[in-house]
Amino acid sequence: MSEKQIIDRLTNAFAGGGVDSDGRLHSRLAALAEKQGLLDVSYRTVDSPLGLLLLAATGEGLVRVAFSCEDHDAVLARLASDISPRILRTPRRLDEAAHELDEYFAGKRRAFSVPVDLQLAHGFRRSVLEHLRRIPYGVTQSYADVARAAGNPSAVRAAASACSHNPVPLVVPCHRVVRSDGTTGEYRGGPDAKRTLLAMEAAA
Amino acid sequence: MTAWALMTRSLDAAVRPFEGIVAEHGPMVMRVCRALLGPADAADAWSETFLSALEAYPKLRPGSSIRGWLVTIAHRKAIDHLRGAARRPQPAGDLPEIPATDPAESSMDDELRAALDALPAKQRGAVIYRYLADLSYAEVGDLLESSATAARRSAADGIASLRKRFSKGAKR
Repeated sequence: MSEKQIIDRLTNAFAGGGVDSDGRLHSRLAALAEKQGLLDVSYRTVDSPLGLLLLAATGEGLVRVAFSCEDHDAVLARLASDISPRILRTPRRLDEAAHELDEYFAGKRRAFSVPVDLQLAHGFRRSVLEHLRRIPYGVTQSYADVARAAGNPSAVRAAASACSHNPVPLVVPCHRVVRSDGTTGEYRGGPDAKRTLLAMEAAA
Repeated sequence: MTAWALMTRSLDAAVRPFEGIVAEHGPMVMRVCRALLGPADAADAWSETFLSALEAYPKLRPGSSIRGWLVTIAHRKAIDHLRGAARRPQPAGDLPEIPATDPAESSMDDELRAALDALPAKQRGAVIYRYLADLSYAEVGDLLESSATAARRSAADGIASLRKRFSKGAKR
């Protein structure tokens, strides 16, 4: 047997029918990491009428929802530098959020109950997001309304910017804020996604 | 690396989520764990290796060899296992069970496994770390507490010994 044959046989011998093809080893790693407080961010993807959504959560709650038009790998890399690189794909920890989103898109849910972590927004932006959470299903407000409600009536542009940078769209309903002239305004998921959501809520 | 560069690590935009490390290196770490410990303990050692790596990951210096770092952890976990030091019971609860070993897999190439286990420790380590983990001889030398030259010689001797054994057609 040649040296190359021995080395090939060696590498084949321990590759053993793939590694963790059913994902159980990975799930176990994630569960152990969570128990030992080493899992800072977990994530999963979920299908939706707006395309594949990325959901990411800390121990505090849902911290990021990303649309398919955002590069999910780039979003995760950003979370790694903004929050912690201790990130694992952990569907279980996000089952509830995924389920609530399913219900929302099916027209069976009007408010989200999953906890939300707004640590990616600071200062006035955070005040805006906290106000957005109180805008009911099917209701729209203008950016001026939102600026006023968040405590700074003259900061209409800043309010618009806070909405368009909302780290947790859908669950924090920035899509319910529209321009005073009735046009939709910017949205992380694109203007079509925003129109779809507004139409869906108006029809319910 | 300067102290300042270490302090400003958080400014480094390219921090990679740990999930990517598991996805890229998981199979390699499993090969090494299987070769070091056999199929029964490999799953445990794999989990322990990645759990330790996850804990230390935020402090890992940028530019470090991820592969070398993971294999070093796996090497230590394997030593712990062999000493029985790592045999503390896992916390009970709702943890997924360790996957049962696939019988087809555990019977696979027992002959080679036995031949590898029969090598002297340095040769066995050098063969595993050079050919299953794809480390450089310098890294293999660090792991085995010898020089790169000695590691190269150990790996060559180990391969030669395996060749000799299988070239004779001497089935056990």
